[in-house]
Amino acid sequence: MMVSQFISRLKALIRKETRQMLRDKSNVGVGLALPLVLILLFGYGLSFDVKNSPIAVVLQDNSSAIREVVSGLEGSQYLAPVWVGSMSEAEDLLRAGEVSGIVRIPVDFSVQQGKGNAKIQLIVNGVDSGTASAIEAYVSGAINLALQKRADRLGTATSGAGVTLVQRTWFNEASNSTWFIVPGLIVLIMTLIGAFLTSLLIAREWERGTLESLFVTPVRPLELVISKLAPYMAVGIIDLVFCLLAAKFLFEVPMRGSLLLICFASILYLMVSLLIGLLISGRTKNQFLASQMALILSFMPALMLSGFVFDIRNVPVVIQVISNILPATHFMTLIKTLFLAGNEWSMILKECAILLFYIVLLIVATRKTLVKKLG
Amino acid sequence: MGELTALVGPDGAGKTTFMRVLCGLLKPDSGSVTVLGCDVSKEPQEIQNRISYMPQRFGLYEDLTVRENLDLYADLHGVSKDERAARFERLLKITDLARFTSRPAGNLSGGMKQKLGLACTLVRSPELLLLDEPSVGVDPLSRRDLWQILQQLVEEEKLTVLVSTAYMDEAERCGKVFVLNQGKLLEQGSPASLTKLAKGLTYTVNPKPGIKARDIQARLIDAKDIIIDAVPRGGAVSFIKQKHAEVPQIEKLLNGDHVEPREEELEDAFMMLLREHEDAEGNAESAPTVSSSTAALSSSDQTAASKPVIRVQNLVRKFGDFTAVDSTSFGVGRGEIFGLLGPNGAGKTTTFRMLCGLLPASSGHLEVAGLNLRDARTEARGRIGYVAQKFSLYGNLSVKENLEFFAGAYGLFGKKLKTRVAEVVEQFQLDPRAQSGELPGGYKQRLAMAAGLLHEPEILFLDEPTSGIDPLARRMFWRTITELAQGGVTIIITTHFMEEAEYCDRIAIQDAGKLLALGTPKEVRELAGETYARDMNSAFIGIVEQNRAALKSEAEAKSKQNDGAAA
Repeated sequence: MMVSQFISRLKALIRKETRQMLRDKSNVGVGLALPLVLILLFGYGLSFDVKNSPIAVVLQDNSSAIREVVSGLEGSQYLAPVWVGSMSEAEDLLRAGEVSGIVRIPVDFSVQQGKGNAKIQLIVNGVDSGTASAIEAYVSGAINLALQKRADRLGTATSGAGVTLVQRTWFNEASNSTWFIVPGLIVLIMTLIGAFLTSLLIAREWERGTLESLFVTPVRPLELVISKLAPYMAVGIIDLVFCLLAAKFLFEVPMRGSLLLICFASILYLMVSLLIGLLISGRTKNQFLASQMALILSFMPALMLSGFVFDIRNVPVVIQVISNILPATHFMTLIKTLFLAGNEWSMILKECAILLFYIVLLIVATRKTLVKKLG
Repeated sequence: MGELTALVGPDGAGKTTFMRVLCGLLKPDSGSVTVLGCDVSKEPQEIQNRISYMPQRFGLYEDLTVRENLDLYADLHGVSKDERAARFERLLKITDLARFTSRPAGNLSGGMKQKLGLACTLVRSPELLLLDEPSVGVDPLSRRDLWQILQQLVEEEKLTVLVSTAYMDEAERCGKVFVLNQGKLLEQGSPASLTKLAKGLTYTVNPKPGIKARDIQARLIDAKDIIIDAVPRGGAVSFIKQKHAEVPQIEKLLNGDHVEPREEELEDAFMMLLREHEDAEGNAESAPTVSSSTAALSSSDQTAASKPVIRVQNLVRKFGDFTAVDSTSFGVGRGEIFGLLGPNGAGKTTTFRMLCGLLPASSGHLEVAGLNLRDARTEARGRIGYVAQKFSLYGNLSVKENLEFFAGAYGLFGKKLKTRVAEVVEQFQLDPRAQSGELPGGYKQRLAMAAGLLHEPEILFLDEPTSGIDPLARRMFWRTITELAQGGVTIIITTHFMEEAEYCDRIAIQDAGKLLALGTPKEVRELAGETYARDMNSAFIGIVEQNRAALKSEAEAKSKQNDGAAA
């Protein structure tokens, strides 16, 4: 009897929330259109592929062997070599930002090659670490390929033929770019729904005075929490499907872990995110304040501090501590591991347990904001 | 069982707080409350399962339709599908909402929202129904409908109802009345026994020809030591004397006008209790005064006869296909108090906004302070003051800062600004350092008026200035208005309190965009016909209903004609 009443009240409340959600066109915009835009924008706009990047080439030793090696650069579709006469000229170009890197063949290259320890210097502009590492890879790839071809032709056994590429990154010594955009995007989009949609729900009922009459019915606080969660869970799951489809078919991100686990982990985090929005809503009782706070407390940290933009290993300890408190960070670790590394059970269990803990904590806290007390 | 009980009291009397305690939404700091045999602090959910409660803001979901709102509350109260069909049909019939079941609640008029709010609390027959000021901001017609519904349900279903209200005519319909003020219970009893408290204290005086009732009223209400309350009514002035005051003493005050005893009413008893309590607490507000020579009984009639300061001819305003104001014409003379009355959605606010130059007219002629609003809107605005319905004040600025801002906005500066601000602070007895947001309702309203008068406008527009303000503060307000009118300021005012129309020189009643009546309160009452002439409230209902009935029969005749033609 008790249970059936609970179910029928819950159904009525969920129906009401769903209708309200569907009638407000801005919900469809933020819930479905914005995630799609983000996927396309971040997926394509934030690409690290380098095409026709200008590279200054300084030939201080001008033997035919050298030219053969360096000509490999011209063959690459990613690089556009600019031949310059002196190192200082090349440095000026780099400083002016007209080239993204310098390839320098030292005076004694041919001599040293004979001894098997020839060196080629590569300097890249590290202001944009992503581009820097890409160029680094393309240059070394192009040179190695040329050396390999030459070695094949000459019948030398060892590849590389005793050439070492000595590379330096200017302006950003510790270049480290481990960006995994698409998995990160799932974190961002799951956070978005919580921050922008559920943060309005309880506050709106306080502002419009509807909660007061809802309170004087057999409704229980927990029913209110669940009913407000349910329709937005559905929206979040649709967004998750968007993300996974885009990851697989548009961006061809590897999915090394199981799809089931990826979905499970995402739904756990979706609940955390929605509950954070609800909690803020219930605490502030004011729609404007709630949406601002959700942006500052939930969305911005998820964007900046979860490891999406900056690698958290490189930030000060204080920020690391804050970052570790954020549920977004744990989900970020989880989803990146699942996508790129596979089923690492010990870490998956640990992070899932943390997310579950947050869910319980947030449900208890949100339920408290809906306890039938005014004033 | 099967009883109506009223909770009456001014703003801040504790009516809403008390209701919330009964619902278990607020915990009493001390003492205990038992509702339907349950302690509110121990078993609030049990009470919430059995009662129904309509908060002041109705608790409707504006984006859900009428039907969906009803369904939601029926589901929450566990009303079965079979019971629901019959119940809804009946509720929709008595609330006259059957035509609108698929309309979103947000698109209903104020009166309809209120009826829907009530219907939602009645999806099942509750053991106790609590209604918190269901009639605030609702026009007299909707108010009457609501009470008809309530009384019908009380009779048929033996419903027990507790209703809080600021209207005495509503309290009179209840079996028992509790009078609250500032959180204290002043008195309780049946309306009849409460009314007896004012026995022998109530009188009426007819002003001499050429003297305005409101000027007499002003003189009486200023004499606080012998007069408890005075209001203009039907061209005369009804007043309550202090117990110790002698009739000759009052007649002397009125320059020998003869006063006659009249039958006491519940309202008299209520005002008496409030005054006694306020005096005992020592926080009676004194009326702000324009000049020290209060209430000069001028017999010169400088109003209607003089050249009009507002002229409206064939004014029309359309919003798309909808005609909000339809060929309306009237004029207002200098120093006149002109009241604009009408049910919700009658076109009052639209007319008002056009007069203030906030909204352009679709067609017609509009002249304010001798300026045509079509081509001299900005200039005209400099000559008018406007007090909006929700007093546009900055809550986190002090009284002085608010006034300085508005003075600046009206183009005052330097010394002129300082003196005007100081003058209105003095005139309205405001504390310049008080934070505006924390002022009680009556003071907020004073501040809003002070702000509207900074640039010494010729015309002052007030849009429902007395909504949500308690009766004592309302008396003060009208005292100030009569002063201003004596000083030559023209006042245009809208109100939901029909008895306040008695303060006006002339009133206009609007419905569905049309001007139905225009004249002095007495003329309007007479126009309404004998059955309705009892008081302003019923006169208003009479005029609006007669018009609506006429329109309906006209439409029916027309459709019959068409049918005939078709056949």
